[in-house]
Amino acid sequence: MQNYIIRVEEAVQKYRDRDGQMRTVLNNINLRVRRGEFLTVVGPTGCGKSTLLRLILGSEVPFSGKVMVNDVEVKEPSRDRGIVFQKYSLYENRTVRENVMLGLELEQFTIFEPYFRPIKCRRKRKEFREKADIYLERVGLLRHADKHPHQLSGGMRQRAAIAQAMVMQPEVLLMDEPFGALDIGTREAMQVFVLEQWQKDHQTIIFVTHDLEEAIFIGSRIVVLSQYYSDDDGGSTTTHGSMIVKDVQVPWPLPRPTDVKHTKEFNELMMSIRREGLDPDYLQNIKDFDLSHEDAAWWNGGMGWAN
Amino acid sequence: MSLFKVNAKPSINAGRILPLLPFIICIVAYIITAQVRHDENPKDKLVPTSKQLIDGFRRSAFEEDRKGEYRLLVDTIASTKRFAIGVAFLFLGVIIGLNMGMLPYFDLVFYKFFLFFDKIPALAILPILFIVFGLGEVSKIALIVIGVMPTIVLDTYLRAKAVPREQITKALTLDASHLEVMYRIVLPKIFPKVLETIRLNFKAVILFLIAGESLAATAGLGYRIFVVRRYIAMDIIIPYVIWISFLAFLADLAVRIWIRKKYTWMDK
Ligand SMILES: Nc1ncnc2c1ncn2[C@@H]1O[C@H](COP(=O)(O)OP(=O)(O)OP(=O)(O)O)[C@@H](O)[C@H]1O
Ligand SMILES: [Mg+2]
Repeated sequence: MQNYIIRVEEAVQKYRDRDGQMRTVLNNINLRVRRGEFLTVVGPTGCGKSTLLRLILGSEVPFSGKVMVNDVEVKEPSRDRGIVFQKYSLYENRTVRENVMLGLELEQFTIFEPYFRPIKCRRKRKEFREKADIYLERVGLLRHADKHPHQLSGGMRQRAAIAQAMVMQPEVLLMDEPFGALDIGTREAMQVFVLEQWQKDHQTIIFVTHDLEEAIFIGSRIVVLSQYYSDDDGGSTTTHGSMIVKDVQVPWPLPRPTDVKHTKEFNELMMSIRREGLDPDYLQNIKDFDLSHEDAAWWNGGMGWAN
Repeated sequence: MSLFKVNAKPSINAGRILPLLPFIICIVAYIITAQVRHDENPKDKLVPTSKQLIDGFRRSAFEEDRKGEYRLLVDTIASTKRFAIGVAFLFLGVIIGLNMGMLPYFDLVFYKFFLFFDKIPALAILPILFIVFGLGEVSKIALIVIGVMPTIVLDTYLRAKAVPREQITKALTLDASHLEVMYRIVLPKIFPKVLETIRLNFKAVILFLIAGESLAATAGLGYRIFVVRRYIAMDIIIPYVIWISFLAFLADLAVRIWIRKKYTWMDK
């Protein structure tokens, strides 16, 4: 079986800005992710974290380079990659349970089937309902299953969104700042919750966040995306696009107690990431990136990137 | 005095009485005007007294005419039928708008066309419709459809476009086909808003309906008003106008209640 479920190869993404100029957002991203990895991505705001996620998701294609999932090039979103956005993951016209059942229905019924084979569909729906309820139970929302999203708090909504994605048991689960709008207490509870889910299902997770502590605490591997580096081509931080400036294993095995957040090593890792990735005044040269993770691609001077 | 305060809190009784106030004022003003005019000239035809109005309504509604028909009933049925068929066609507009909003190629082909189509004053092409479709039902329905459908198409188009991209991406990750994204995700989500637009356009539908009927018909509420105009039969015209408004109000109310009951999640 293929070790790497995701391979991003020399991916570049550019957008046209308002005066029609192409602006590079991602510059030569190389990333290989093993099955079952819990990868977190951090970086300064606007560095292209969401863009990288969208490339893996397939809702956009790279300007150059390619993104492979299971050795197949990604062209559009599909059911093997689930996503949880910061907002808009739920459909406000459906109850929580209907939101969770939605994927199962879409997967198993063709569009007109409920009208032509109502009995079969009703039986199936009962199964879906039971399955949905198992996940709602897990996220602690069974009591609220018949409410609409607008009747839930922000934390409950995100839990519902996670259940909605997880019930499909996708091979890869992508999360874009899923807890960005939550308060500290809820956020920590959600982190623990996601880790528990990951241990149960062991899917591959890519988790984007701008909260450093969260990124280190929750991930098995951390990738720092940043435009604050220098290269020998003399590009400036506003034009040359972001690269992976750090790619390391998080030293504590998962699951880890919340206490690790207070250890010296944890704080040192946090400081080094803050300096190498988030500090606009500290421009590391491309040769000096800390790409010590065993799966990281490394810069091979004139030869380009090597794995 | 809180009359001019933006945060005024009217009492429950005020809430019951005040909405009736303008109606009462209008009715009283009418009755006085009619009385004054009839005191001057008992044969006045322009402002019939309330007694004459009620009598006119009674004759239309409950007495057989020369053909042995209850006129108001026949007219109401004829107009309601046209109204219903016209509104049914508006739902076709919803489907067109949805496809335009969701499918970029449909967007390219049809958007500009409907923008232009929307600007054609439907009344101006009424003669063309009569020439092409004859004086029958088709041209009257066609007038309604041409007059109102572009608005519905464009409104649905904009609402479909406004659905957050994330929700569409999300649906694809939940194994929705592109057809399912349109008809199982987006349409149910925008439907109450679309209904709301259709409801607000009832007025335009009725406007075109009456315009069509006034020119060529053998029955219909609009037709009747224009026929009895020849005899300056205000005692028929006014009850008919009130009747039409009342029916329109009922149709509007029905949809409003339907939306409020069925789509409790809307606007949240
Ligand atoms: N569709 C687009 N068209 C033009 N520019 C875009 C587009 N999408 C993203 N950008 C630009 O690309 C850059 C990266 O955006 P992205 O959303 O990926 O950043 P991010 O790292 O997720 O930021 P944040 O932490 O604020 O979420 C931004 O400067 C943004 O303006
Ligand atoms: Mg983002």
